Amino acid sequence: MGYDITMRVWRGDAGGGALQDYVVDVEEGEVVLDAVHRLQATQVGDLAVRWNCKAGKCGSCSAEINGRPRLMCMTRLSTFEAGETITVTPLRTFPVIRDLVTDVSYNYEKAKTLPAFAPVPRDADGNYRMAQVDVQRGQEFRKCIECFLCQTVCHVIRDHDDNKPAFSGPRMFLRYAELDMHPLDTNDRRRLAKDAAGLGMCNITKCCTEVCPENIKITDNAIIPLKERVVDRSYDPLVWLGSKIRRRDQRSEPPPTPPPTTR
Amino acid sequence: MTEQATSVGYERQAYDVVIVGAGGAGLRAAIAAHDAGARTAIVCKSLLGKAHTVMAEGGIAAAMGNVWPDDGWQVHFRDTMRGGKMLNNWRMAQLHAQESPDRVRELEEWGALFDRTPEGLISQRDFGGHRFARLAHVGDRTGLEMIRTLQQRAVALGIDVFMECTVTRVLLDQSGGEARVAGAFGYWRESGRFIVFDAPAVILATGGIGKSYKVTSNSWEYTGDGHTLALEAGARLLNMEFVQFHPTGMVWPPSVRGILVTESVRGDGGVLRNSEGRRFMFDAIPEFFKSETADSEEEADRWYNDKKANRRPPELLPRDEVARAINSEVKAGRGSPHGGVFLDIASRHDAEYIQRRLPSMYHQFKELADVDITAEPMEVGPTCHYVMGGVEVEPDTAQSGVPGLYAAGEVAGGMHGSNRLGGNSLSDLLVFGRRAGLNAAYYVGRVSRTGSRPQVDPEDVRRAADAALLPFDGVGDENPYAVQHDLQDVMHSLVGIVRRQDEMEEALVQIEKLRERVRRVTVEGHRQYNPGWHLALDLRNMLRVSECIARAALERTESRGGHTRDDYPMTDHDWATVNLVCRLADPSAGEAVEVVRQPLPQMPAELRSLFEEK
Ligand SMILES: Cc1cc2nc3c(=O)[nH]c(=O)nc-3n(C[C@H](O)[C@H](O)[C@H](O)COP(=O)(O)OP(=O)(O)OC[C@H]3O[C@@H](n4cnc5c(N)ncnc54)[C@H](O)[C@@H]3O)c2cc1C
Ligand code: SF4
Ligand code: SF4
Ligand code: FES
Repeated sequence: MGYDITMRVWRGDAGGGALQDYVVDVEEGEVVLDAVHRLQATQVGDLAVRWNCKAGKCGSCSAEINGRPRLMCMTRLSTFEAGETITVTPLRTFPVIRDLVTDVSYNYEKAKTLPAFAPVPRDADGNYRMAQVDVQRGQEFRKCIECFLCQTVCHVIRDHDDNKPAFSGPRMFLRYAELDMHPLDTNDRRRLAKDAAGLGMCNITKCCTEVCPENIKITDNAIIPLKERVVDRSYDPLVWLGSKIRRRDQRSEPPPTPPPTTR
Repeated sequence: MTEQATSVGYERQAYDVVIVGAGGAGLRAAIAAHDAGARTAIVCKSLLGKAHTVMAEGGIAAAMGNVWPDDGWQVHFRDTMRGGKMLNNWRMAQLHAQESPDRVRELEEWGALFDRTPEGLISQRDFGGHRFARLAHVGDRTGLEMIRTLQQRAVALGIDVFMECTVTRVLLDQSGGEARVAGAFGYWRESGRFIVFDAPAVILATGGIGKSYKVTSNSWEYTGDGHTLALEAGARLLNMEFVQFHPTGMVWPPSVRGILVTESVRGDGGVLRNSEGRRFMFDAIPEFFKSETADSEEEADRWYNDKKANRRPPELLPRDEVARAINSEVKAGRGSPHGGVFLDIASRHDAEYIQRRLPSMYHQFKELADVDITAEPMEVGPTCHYVMGGVEVEPDTAQSGVPGLYAAGEVAGGMHGSNRLGGNSLSDLLVFGRRAGLNAAYYVGRVSRTGSRPQVDPEDVRRAADAALLPFDGVGDENPYAVQHDLQDVMHSLVGIVRRQDEMEEALVQIEKLRERVRRVTVEGHRQYNPGWHLALDLRNMLRVSECIARAALERTESRGGHTRDDYPMTDHDWATVNLVCRLADPSAGEAVEVVRQPLPQMPAELRSLFEEK
């Protein structure tokens, strides 16, 4: 049942490298990661690649397959034409360490800059109460498996290393939005949106949403609401407090629009 | 703080507590150690947030009573002990049942968003072996929620994390007569450079061993590193004969064989059928569980809505029972086309319900197997999933027999006895991760006050470095991937779900041969991010652990929980009070693992009485 495919895999390190051609024997039903593993086990034992779950749950095996950022473990070989060469290259936005492994520390550094979750006190009986409809919004964002495909595809940093210090990327905007919509969080929501680093540089191309393997509507559900908050309201602690309190007892309602503030 | 030593060349770091592993147990331990004032570091083989915990699906077991107010720690304790066929360490099972509700609530305080009940409380779902709906969950991605919450908390606290860094040895200070922990030795995967941690306390939170089996739900990380580190440091492993085969792994296509199908499918109403369409679990109810298991489909179906008047469906028996039943069904020729059985939820619920409750299962089958689980049954079969055996620890403190060495999570033993109930691992990680972190920090406080911080012996560092570099020395022509493949075959076919004396003896012979081959492994390339080299080092651990499993399994001449013997098919009363313990005859020199019998700690009368009612 096995058959052969041709693969071109980028091999090299920070000093440089090149695409190498291989013929790999594969089986029906396999994914790109299987082919890479077979290559590793039978032809090039030191081929560097990251993976863990092999089921689209951990976000480790991100790479660019025929130029498109994808999870190798969720890309079926049957989706390619017979005879088509499958080209696998490391994520372009991050510095290469070796072969298909890149240095993704940018993302971990950005994560450190987020304000910590700061909840309201518990109810008297020691529980928190939240309605399912209210947690659902945040749950969509918390499906994120941190594959960083959205980060690698975003044109703001894809070929512009110089933008990296000022721009946290779609994955982090998701976190800001998550805190912003969290029914228990007490962080100042307006300031959160304002501080969401580099939000202004995003021009809503939606490329991030397109590649997200978890189908999170990054742009529509996280970035755009955050942007709205930044542009049409400036910070007013009193109004903020009002919306916060009302929000807690009317949890299924969206936060009320505060009156226009002085500019 | 970083300094370069001259001879081998390594980086040096100093902490109070070093935690090996960044899954649920490691992260929870780190938070606790940090909160107790210890300078804390986490070391892990993968990137932060990718540990096995991220893959857990179903939920966290905790008797919060949000859905069934009659639930309480005593009921959870009883279920856990019965699921483990009474071989659990009673004290661990008790602490676990008592403390898990608080540990779950704490996650909410750190930002977790669990699914809710109509009253707004944390929702709880049904799982095998649990008398009440008890698993706190987020759809079928509970592990992701848990690891992200803990990871974000650890980051917010500023705890140092050493990612993609593998520990290969626990370093000891032998100077004071009794050996105690002095630190840990490891290498950076990225550069291949060595690193030495000076630390009076090391917590092992390295997870399991499943990668030694051919069909498994476990990732490349599960090579039994922590088990081996503990053995080689002089600690002991308990219950190694008990390996859990989860009844429902994917079987088709071959590429995904072994990938987990969460038990929530059955908890939410999914049923198992053979090729004749029969719910064969009704024919496989053991005597031990007869009184609490439904004997008709009607009663089983009523149970989902009325748990008081009805008994549990047999599909929700503990995992060992279901895995064995599937195994026999397939052997009897009543399996599905690809050697499994059918798991059907499509005929039980509408598509909307299934997609909402089981989104990642829906996605997984659709993407990887072209199966729409809302319209057709899945094909499933047993897959190696979890090791009940692990480092023997003191229940209250999680300390091993070696001062300064702690273990928590899947790498620790005792809590689950001969079989773990679903959902009891995630709660175990939280309860004992926290206890390990606190107690390690307290221990370091005591050591510091007496002014006798242990010292790393440079000679040990040199030996550890030499051992790590061995595979580059090129004395043979073995390929590490081929050796791993052959080991997986041996364990799968000779020490698998159903075991026999002659087969296990053969396995031990084979393991010895594989050990020879490992000595001849030569890796290509250089030290920078070289998976071939990493595997060559991991293989030694896999062999160690496989040997422990085979030896203990050979010794236990009965069937119980995750240990089934063809030649001793019955549970034997005489074995009910015996634990098997593996240790190295001489940790500094010996390769040989020895197995000793030791009496199971007896539970106090007031707990024993919980098993007498009804
Ligand atoms: C698919 C799947 C679904 C599951 N579903 C559930 C469920 O619903 N409910 C439940 O309770 N349980 C479930 N389990 C079991 C549970 O997820 C695991 O038992 C648990 O997550 C183990 O956690 P841990 O913290 O002990 O280890 P892990 O989360 O596996 O973490 C181990 C850590 O140790 C590190 N490590 C290992 N060796 C070294 C070394 N030598 N040096 C440095 N670092 C090292 C790894 O990098 C990793 O960070 C499931 C398991 C699987 C595989
Ligand atoms: S929508 Fe914004 S964040 Fe997303 S890819 Fe485009 S520019 Fe980047
Ligand atoms: S938002 Fe989607 S694409 Fe981005 S890191 Fe998370 S899962 Fe990956
Ligand atoms: S290996 Fe986990 S997402 Fe691909």
